[in-house]
Amino acid sequence: MTLRDLKLFLSANRGPLLALFVFVVMFSVFLHEHPRPVSVALLTAASNKGVVLALMAMAQTVPVLTRGLDLSVGSIMTMAACASSVVVHGPPEQAALGVGIVLAVGLVAGVINGVIVVIGRIQPIIATLATGAVYFGIALWLRPTPGGDVSEALSNALTYATLGVPTTFLLLIAVLVFVWLPFRRSVLGRGCYAVGSSEGAAYMSGVAVARSKIAAYTLAGLLAALAGLLLSLVALSGEASAPQAGGYTLNSIAAVVVGGTSLFGGSGGMVGSVIGALVLRTIGDLLFVFDAPPLWQPLFEGVILLLAVSLGAARVLRIKNRLELFT
Amino acid sequence: MTSATFKAIDKPVLIAAGFIGVVLAIGASINISFVSPTYLLQQLQVASFLGIIASGMMLVILLGQIDLSLPWTVTMGAMMAAAVGRFGPWGEAGAIPFGMLCGLAVGLVNGLGYAYLRVPSMIFTLGMNAVLQGLMVLYSGGFAPLTKATPLMQLLAVQRTLGIPNALFVWMAISIVLASVLKLTPFGRYVYATGNRESAAYLSGVRTRLVIVGCFAINGMTSALGGIMLTGYSTNAYQGMGDPYLLPAIAAIVLGGTNILGGKGSYLGTVIGVVLIVLLQSMLSVMQMPEAGRQIIYGVVIVVMLLVYGRGARIHS
Repeated sequence: MTLRDLKLFLSANRGPLLALFVFVVMFSVFLHEHPRPVSVALLTAASNKGVVLALMAMAQTVPVLTRGLDLSVGSIMTMAACASSVVVHGPPEQAALGVGIVLAVGLVAGVINGVIVVIGRIQPIIATLATGAVYFGIALWLRPTPGGDVSEALSNALTYATLGVPTTFLLLIAVLVFVWLPFRRSVLGRGCYAVGSSEGAAYMSGVAVARSKIAAYTLAGLLAALAGLLLSLVALSGEASAPQAGGYTLNSIAAVVVGGTSLFGGSGGMVGSVIGALVLRTIGDLLFVFDAPPLWQPLFEGVILLLAVSLGAARVLRIKNRLELFT
Repeated sequence: MTSATFKAIDKPVLIAAGFIGVVLAIGASINISFVSPTYLLQQLQVASFLGIIASGMMLVILLGQIDLSLPWTVTMGAMMAAAVGRFGPWGEAGAIPFGMLCGLAVGLVNGLGYAYLRVPSMIFTLGMNAVLQGLMVLYSGGFAPLTKATPLMQLLAVQRTLGIPNALFVWMAISIVLASVLKLTPFGRYVYATGNRESAAYLSGVRTRLVIVGCFAINGMTSALGGIMLTGYSTNAYQGMGDPYLLPAIAAIVLGGTNILGGKGSYLGTVIGVVLIVLLQSMLSVMQMPEAGRQIIYGVVIVVMLLVYGRGARIHS
């Protein structure tokens, strides 16, 4: 890699790299200030807390790349968690089948979103708002009261450490390497970026616009279901909680933006979103180790979130022609 | 003149009004008292709270932006008004203006964040929502604050004049003002122009940033007023009271024919959309549907209605 390549890489990934820097600083402070010494158990607990939001941020990334948005990811996650509390139990074969069913549920939900957005030509933000209500209704129907029975064997297998590395973190890396990288290099993945940059130009260049967009929402549904599965494995139960679903949806958007993906589509990626999610999760942990008064914590978290998303405002200072602001 | 008036009532508004008829018919077939004047007036009273909250949000959506800080602006307006209301007669008189002033302040910050810092409004207001939530937790967490509604709030939200709920008058007053502003004033034209293409509006001499700040500020005020009215209705302000209003407000505005990308939509449509959403919700509860079924039908109906008249254009070049 020459110096020029390095420069190009740095300028193309300014957002994710900045987020990574912030995360490394924050996490180092967290580990340094934590009353207990750094241990695998400590890292595993941190990873288990962060991995659900990281997966949700990854799910949100793909529709955002196409200049869309998926407001139903939180509901899909909740629906998957509730489904998991119904079907993922019993002997290994049965639990494995259950996992398959949960992921299939998310996949189908994603396809439905994609079809409504592409073929129905309804604005993504409002279409997924409506389908989100439907998915949340299904979650409530599956699990009217919190509870259920989730395979403890599977939970134990996934929420501890493998070879000294938190298993959930390995899973996250695996999804990045085996799902995201191939997808980004595929025709459909490139199509998502093209559609996000300019749908009209993508269409005129022969990009499979409809297929790319449907693929984006499908991948979002699948990853949201994976997040829901992990949520139910960590909690060992399912709960159809509206604040939780809404919170994850909104935080997934925040994580995507903090991770350097543009809400206007066409630039960014899942790696940045994962880092963005980890940054958001570490805020709460930091306040915890610094013994912030509990009553002040929500305010601190809010202010830090507002500052983090306002970092993008630096763009305003670089722009020379004011008209460029209005895009 | 008449043809212009008819043109102003565009197709989505007519279809949405048609859907109201369908909902009323289904409701009446389940229970005939669904269409009794008493019940309908009661529904309109409930609709006026959503209507007040959606009125300012519509301006923001006309700009092609969105305000996700609405839930906690509603709650904050309500809690701040109730907080001032306990300081004697002066406090009671100043409660509603103070609550709205707080909403105005939030709206100004939101507007400045988008118009001057150019942080996407969706994400900036999301952050504001978290900040407001933090402030309200801090305010109400340490002790049990007095959050009772003042008599004036109850008068506006619960009581009736000549058999018609006062809340409906408040909603109508706000509606007449906002509809006139949108239709008759330069500011209203600027809102549509900015929502259509901000750079074009700017080059035509519109000070688009001030227009944006204005719309967000109005939205903050109406959200807070909605919260204050809700406080009067339920006699108390409480945490999370604004949460159930964000999505129905957006849905009502879009079902009323306003383009979520901005630049297009009529105020009448928003009023119709609000009534439609409230009647739909009440029909589902009259059917004694469990919550799960209600959510599913609610979502499906919104998708179906948008498939009928809310479809976008094909993008081919």
